[in-house]
Amino acid sequence: MPPLAGKELRIVGFLCNWCSYGGADTAGVGRFSQPTDLRIIRVPCSGRIDPLFILRTFMNGADGVLVSGCHPRDCHYSEGNLYARRRLEILQRLMPFIGIEPERFSYTWVSASEGQRWQKVVGTFTDEIHAIGPAKPFGVSMEQLEKQMAGVLASPENAGAEKQEVERAAS
Amino acid sequence: MKIGVFVCHCGSNIAGTVDTEKVAAAARKLPGVAFATDTMYACSEPGQEGIVEAVKEHGLDGVVVASCTPRMHEATFRRTVERAGLNRYMFEMANIREHVSWIGKDMDANTNKAAELVAMAVAKLREDRLLFPKKFDINKRVMVLGGGVAGIQAALDCADGGLDVVLVEKTTTIGGKMAKLDKTFPTVDCSSCILGPKMVDIAQHPNITLYAASEVDDVSGYVGNFKVAIRKKQTYVDWDLCTGCGQCMEKCPSKKTPDAFNEFIGPTTAINIPFPQAIPKKASINAEACIMLTKGKCGACAKVCPVEAIRFDQQEEIVHEEVGAIVAATGYDLFDHSKYPEYGGGRIPDVITSMQYERMLSASGPTGGHIKRPSNGEEPKNVVFIQCVGSRDKSVDRPYCSGFCCMYTAKQTILTKDHIPDSQSYVFYMDIRSPGKNYDEFTRRAMEQYGARYIRGRVAQVYEKGDTLIVRGADTLTGTSIEVEADLVVLAVGAESAKGAAQLAEKLRISYDTYGFYMESHPKLKPVETNTAGVFLAGCCQGPKDIPSSVGQGSAAAAKVLAMFSKDQLESDPQISQVDIKRCIGCGKCMSTCPFGAIKEIDFRGQKKAEVIETVCQGCGLCTATCPQGAIQLQHFTDNQILAEVTSLCPPLLEKSFE
Repeated sequence: MPPLAGKELRIVGFLCNWCSYGGADTAGVGRFSQPTDLRIIRVPCSGRIDPLFILRTFMNGADGVLVSGCHPRDCHYSEGNLYARRRLEILQRLMPFIGIEPERFSYTWVSASEGQRWQKVVGTFTDEIHAIGPAKPFGVSMEQLEKQMAGVLASPENAGAEKQEVERAAS
Repeated sequence: MKIGVFVCHCGSNIAGTVDTEKVAAAARKLPGVAFATDTMYACSEPGQEGIVEAVKEHGLDGVVVASCTPRMHEATFRRTVERAGLNRYMFEMANIREHVSWIGKDMDANTNKAAELVAMAVAKLREDRLLFPKKFDINKRVMVLGGGVAGIQAALDCADGGLDVVLVEKTTTIGGKMAKLDKTFPTVDCSSCILGPKMVDIAQHPNITLYAASEVDDVSGYVGNFKVAIRKKQTYVDWDLCTGCGQCMEKCPSKKTPDAFNEFIGPTTAINIPFPQAIPKKASINAEACIMLTKGKCGACAKVCPVEAIRFDQQEEIVHEEVGAIVAATGYDLFDHSKYPEYGGGRIPDVITSMQYERMLSASGPTGGHIKRPSNGEEPKNVVFIQCVGSRDKSVDRPYCSGFCCMYTAKQTILTKDHIPDSQSYVFYMDIRSPGKNYDEFTRRAMEQYGARYIRGRVAQVYEKGDTLIVRGADTLTGTSIEVEADLVVLAVGAESAKGAAQLAEKLRISYDTYGFYMESHPKLKPVETNTAGVFLAGCCQGPKDIPSSVGQGSAAAAKVLAMFSKDQLESDPQISQVDIKRCIGCGKCMSTCPFGAIKEIDFRGQKKAEVIETVCQGCGLCTATCPQGAIQLQHFTDNQILAEVTSLCPPLLEKSFE
């Protein structure tokens, strides 16, 4: 199921079970309204997140990825979030070289009690992603894209929009 | 694989903003889904029975429930699928309440998102494997951290239940804040008369080992098998020999030592026993005030000590204890009233804190139970109490209600009248919060029988005018400003988390809230558990509480420990890492990453390989993300499972282009 056209973009969140997932729960219990773009994947610890998961998510067309874990020194597993920080910091710096706008990725700390902070994090990040707009297709050559789009382009009502898309991808 | 999907309405909690029928219909189209339905309350008995029946009727291999957060009911539904004859790990939950229905009102967007979360859970479930818990032995000893009334109660209940208890207290005596109180509300019981016997029970109980003047240095291990290093601080007195006779206190020439127990309103000696009922009743030397330790001469105490217990060269000592459970009962600290400069606390001598007032009221306190103005030692006639000093005030970062201040202020107005019959008390308050048994009656009595004048409004300023103090504030009921002439001003200081609470939380691997109070596992249903198995909470470390609640929570924590220890073995969580020996290249990266030392090196047919120590592994998955080979996989959160969720959310754009 795609995100609601015109309303949502595809944002994926990787959240640690103990702090941030709990924080998102707290935000829910507190009925803190949030945009619906974000889909959360629960992991035991932010240190469980292999940076390659994030790249895979982008390669598969996500418009934004958000990672959130426990605050430094407050990790359920003592130091998992510190490992996460090191890995994600490097990942973020590598992103421009791979061709992903680093603004599409963010990592932060939210504790289980910080429902309000979670609301703010989700709101801000979603707004930022909407400001950047949808991600361009990743790792596709011009010829492949044209071949894939050929069928779609044939239909007259899509022609204009899709052509633009192709041009944007190529630029 | 045949998967069943159950979409819960949760009454109107979910169904109000999510079209659950549509979500179930969408789920039916997912690969592997053999059955999907919506249900009113999945967690209720009929709801669970429905799941069991569907598993049997449709021969399901796995179940997805789309309802609330897994942090709430994952365990419930795992038991349900187990009852249906499935492995309990062939279950996934989609959180469509906290993460969907409760945070947005757009029905279309919510329904769409819920359907995607279900698809994600189904995708993960298709990668799930059967997991089986193992059993391990537990060490049936318990450690209680903190010797206040909550810790005392927890320790006594555990000890009476037959457990070996290690009680660790950071100061030189147990008793905590309650030992400093004169009387307790709403019964006006003598505090030390009801606490004293319990303290003696601690000292005399054969099952309790007490470490006073000690702090936890390090905690390692896991539920059932914690290893704790305790740092015994120097007291400069050999407590094995000290009889608590008190002769050293009489002879000590350093008689102007600040007395922490008496809240610094009276001096004490450099070697002292905090109060007559102290447990253990042993002397200790305040190193900063002792002439021998600061200047190298004196030694008067050593000369008079009949048992030669003084040890000026005593060093800190680390002792190790092994326990199966830990109860944190580390209490609270009082708000620092100097953050309100307009009240003059710390600057004007006749502005004191409620705890200082309490020590003054106490017959064993520095004034022998007489209320005196610190400035001139005279008896005050007009006493003004200012409430909410460090409570319900965002400007000092204390937006929460400390809970007990309204009541202790009412008690102090009553005691003031008892001590000085011709006195008049004034109380500046915001609201009166007295929701306990007999509490409201008590505050009424303070007003009606004891004539305390309650003025609703905050105080703007306290200033000196000649010999007296002027308290200027608002009376918001009459809408006027008011000035009261006072001889003594008592600030009802609120509670804040204990100093060092955060550091201890890190050692115990439990979480704390914005204000440093420890977080319970669930605010309603698991109020004494933490998210770390085997660590429990009691008393004010979890949030401000009065004595009955602290005692109640102490007993509750003890009950949890006893229930846990009623089994000889615990089941270990199989959601731990596993090494694929064929892929492991023995690089040792996992070993150096693991925060728990749960991975050891083994020799496998002459090759170096990694092996997970199953009972030590906590299931964080750090090693899995580290392993360059993908050889070590965290069960139930494998690369394949997480990537299945990713692919469900973001299907590859152009699959061929990556190959």
